[in-house]
Amino acid sequence: MRIIPFAISTIATTGLVFALNRPLGPLPMPAGKFLSPQHGFWQNAEPAGQRFDADLTFPDLKGKAEVYLDERLVPHVFAENDEDLYFIQGYLHAKFRLFQMDLQTKAAAGRASEIAGKKAINYDKEQRRLGMVYAAENAMKEVDKDPVSKAMFDAYTNGVNAYINSLKETEIPVEYKLLNIKPEKWSNLRSALLLKMMAKNLSSGTESDLANTNAKSVFIPDELKMMYPQVPDSLMPIVPKGTVFDKPGIVPVKPATADSLYFDKKETVAAREISKPDINNGSNNWVVAGSKTQSGAPILCNDPHLELSLPSIWYEIQLKTPTSNAYGVSLPGSPFIIIGFNDSIAWGVTNAQRDVKDYYEIKFKDKSKQEYWFNGKWEKTTLKEETIKVKGGAEIKDTVAYTVFGPVMFDESNPDTLRGKRNLAVRWVAHDPSNEAATFYKLNRANNYDDYAAAIKLFECPGQNFVFASKSGDIAIWQQGKFPARWNGQGLYVMPGEDSSFMWQGFIPQAENPHSKNPERGFLESANQRPVDSTYPYFIPGSYITARGVTIENKLSAMSGITPADMMALQNDYFNTLAEDARGILLKYVKENELSPTEKKYLDLFKSWDLMAAPDSKGQTVYQCWWDSLEVAIWKDDLSRTKPMSPWPGRQITMELLKRDSAMKFIDNINTPANETLYDLVTAALKNASANLAKAEAEGKLEWTKYKNPTVYHLIKDLKGFARPNLKVGGNGDIINAVTHSHGPSWRMIVQLTATTEAYGIYPGGQNGNPGSKYYDDYINNWVEGKYNKLWFMRDGDKTDKNVKWVMKFDKG
Amino acid sequence: MKFLTATFLTALLAFISGLFLPWWGMAITSLLVAVLIHQKAGKAFLAGLLGVFLLWAGLAWWIDMKNNGVLSTKIASILPLGGNSLVLIAVTGLIGGLVAGLAALSGSFLRSTSK
Repeated sequence: MRIIPFAISTIATTGLVFALNRPLGPLPMPAGKFLSPQHGFWQNAEPAGQRFDADLTFPDLKGKAEVYLDERLVPHVFAENDEDLYFIQGYLHAKFRLFQMDLQTKAAAGRASEIAGKKAINYDKEQRRLGMVYAAENAMKEVDKDPVSKAMFDAYTNGVNAYINSLKETEIPVEYKLLNIKPEKWSNLRSALLLKMMAKNLSSGTESDLANTNAKSVFIPDELKMMYPQVPDSLMPIVPKGTVFDKPGIVPVKPATADSLYFDKKETVAAREISKPDINNGSNNWVVAGSKTQSGAPILCNDPHLELSLPSIWYEIQLKTPTSNAYGVSLPGSPFIIIGFNDSIAWGVTNAQRDVKDYYEIKFKDKSKQEYWFNGKWEKTTLKEETIKVKGGAEIKDTVAYTVFGPVMFDESNPDTLRGKRNLAVRWVAHDPSNEAATFYKLNRANNYDDYAAAIKLFECPGQNFVFASKSGDIAIWQQGKFPARWNGQGLYVMPGEDSSFMWQGFIPQAENPHSKNPERGFLESANQRPVDSTYPYFIPGSYITARGVTIENKLSAMSGITPADMMALQNDYFNTLAEDARGILLKYVKENELSPTEKKYLDLFKSWDLMAAPDSKGQTVYQCWWDSLEVAIWKDDLSRTKPMSPWPGRQITMELLKRDSAMKFIDNINTPANETLYDLVTAALKNASANLAKAEAEGKLEWTKYKNPTVYHLIKDLKGFARPNLKVGGNGDIINAVTHSHGPSWRMIVQLTATTEAYGIYPGGQNGNPGSKYYDDYINNWVEGKYNKLWFMRDGDKTDKNVKWVMKFDKG
Repeated sequence: MKFLTATFLTALLAFISGLFLPWWGMAITSLLVAVLIHQKAGKAFLAGLLGVFLLWAGLAWWIDMKNNGVLSTKIASILPLGGNSLVLIAVTGLIGGLVAGLAALSGSFLRSTSK
């Protein structure tokens, strides 16, 4: 043997194998394994002619079932009973969307660092300090009390795990291979975590208590009222104006110490949430009665606006048993259909935007956090030890104290977000035991208004506007949730937590939640606006968005003989209602004689703009830059008086203030000796905007769609290759077609409740979460163009229909 | 003839190994081929490299063709290889080939014992 050469080459070989078998460079995957065509990512390249037929047997099934997949890969599940139905839903979710379920629920539980490493530690800490797992465990206890819910969750979990167990290592989704991790078993708790993640996204960012507390430290009450009014002038509420409300069933009493201990306190808070959900997490839904439609049957429409992602948050599915039949979109990770229709009714949701989360200041006895002062004595906390595992790093320990209010989110051991010394506990409705899933189980099976009303009653958090229509001709909407009954001003700021006097005194009785049924005008709508006008007998703060509701209400009022095609046009409408008002102000106060030729050019573009935020609109870009620049000029000097900064008043509010009083006090720049006027600000704002616009124009980005670059990112944003950038779609957050850079209508649905249901829908993604599948993003182009898929509500007699492309057979065994 | 047989056998055994063993199984089979069909170091290396290069690049190309390049263009932009599928296929072949070539080199040196 030539020992030395043999040794060298053998060492080189094993060295290379070793190097290629572990993470190399910044990418976490082992290159050899990843590239091997028989093991790595190539195995995820789904052949274009892939067939999805299968014969499967599982001991957990009770009987036989079939899944008919149509040409868009939408499964139509025909099962003999509910348990098998949800077992199969779990199996299909896992088969087509396993990675997203796994990732989202790990992130929900504060385990992102296991995947992302050190950079996610603060995120994980916050998830745990917000009590996400605590909330999910409380929800699960409630589910366990209800045998029907428990059985459905169990079946779903078994279905997910049946798929995971059948998965060969070479078949695991490509993201696992890229990240060099393995799928984790499913559990009922993980479904609860997913629903709590939705609760966080939709009901945790709807308050600004911490920033408001800072605003209160410098602004006087009149100023606060101007900047953060409860009822905007232009509000078109969800419950039609003029509706008479019942006398309140509960009248919360303001504590005697409210002024001295709360309103007049000037202390600031340095604490800040690092992953506060996007305020644009809104949506549109509306329903028109038969009196306004061409067919004489109601039409229901819904488009929930969420962070757009690949794989999409939604998975389309039909779920049928001999006793129920529903179609719509589901959330991978949860059983049931969340938005959809059945043989008798249709329903949809938008976010209520109500504030259901408050902060209380806690006084600990000492650093051990074992006791806190409450109602005149030291009470014991419950300490929860959190261990955050970090990929490529040491474990992080964190101790979270639970009080009568809830977990103490900010304290000395959470120093990244707190420079001061205040301990803040969070009281959040999402922590309370509730079983929201039961609402969907019942809605999927509801036959009429009464069934719908009974189903949604169980829904507590996140508060939603459930819109409804039935084949019998009823239309309705309920803003449903568990909402604290607050005294005026309660919970806008951090509250004293040394006794019970500032605690919530109760909840608004469910029957008094804002609602309307069959109004004379023949339509109902919700678009995240304040649900009621000022005559509603409760104080209901929130992060409301006004403009879209105004546009929808104006449009629907003027329409008659409505068809589904009209509704498609409306969901894709680009009219900018806010700009209509803003334009008057901008044009009135701009000093044209002070403008340079370039600035004049942009002004002319704006003047000739048709107020549509269309993809190729340049006027929309000018408007957005100009108005944003004006807002900075008005508010930045004032808001900078606090650190962290007070919340920015809404765009709508600024417009209304200027409309009301063009000399309002905030126009003056407090940092200059001069007394600026609105003329000065509007002109300076155009000059500032023009600099940006000229730069954008030089880069060929003056057209609105190029300026905002609509993009559907992969759930892991860094994986740019899995994203779909440069989508030619217009719109913006306060426009009906609410597409921003990466946020917008995540599912557009239109259901006409004629004898044979006529339904259309589309989401910006595809049924198969595998980036190597042609079904990964195949709906996106049509979604951009405002086109829809016709939703095929399959019947028993359709089993040999040409729409059926593949059949998966399930049997017990 | 020996060279071609070695190359072919390297590819065949690497393929079979890929069905049952982890990706590095082909390093063992490539070494074995070089022991069985003894060639000089340089030739053995080349036969190993070529055998698995052809297997891996060939399989990748075949998979990619059926997939219409849907996944390879995405992966080739993440790695980053400019979104070019062909470069990705070549890199796939080279990485596999290099491991097999080195293993075959060891095999060749090992066989030199008996002489």
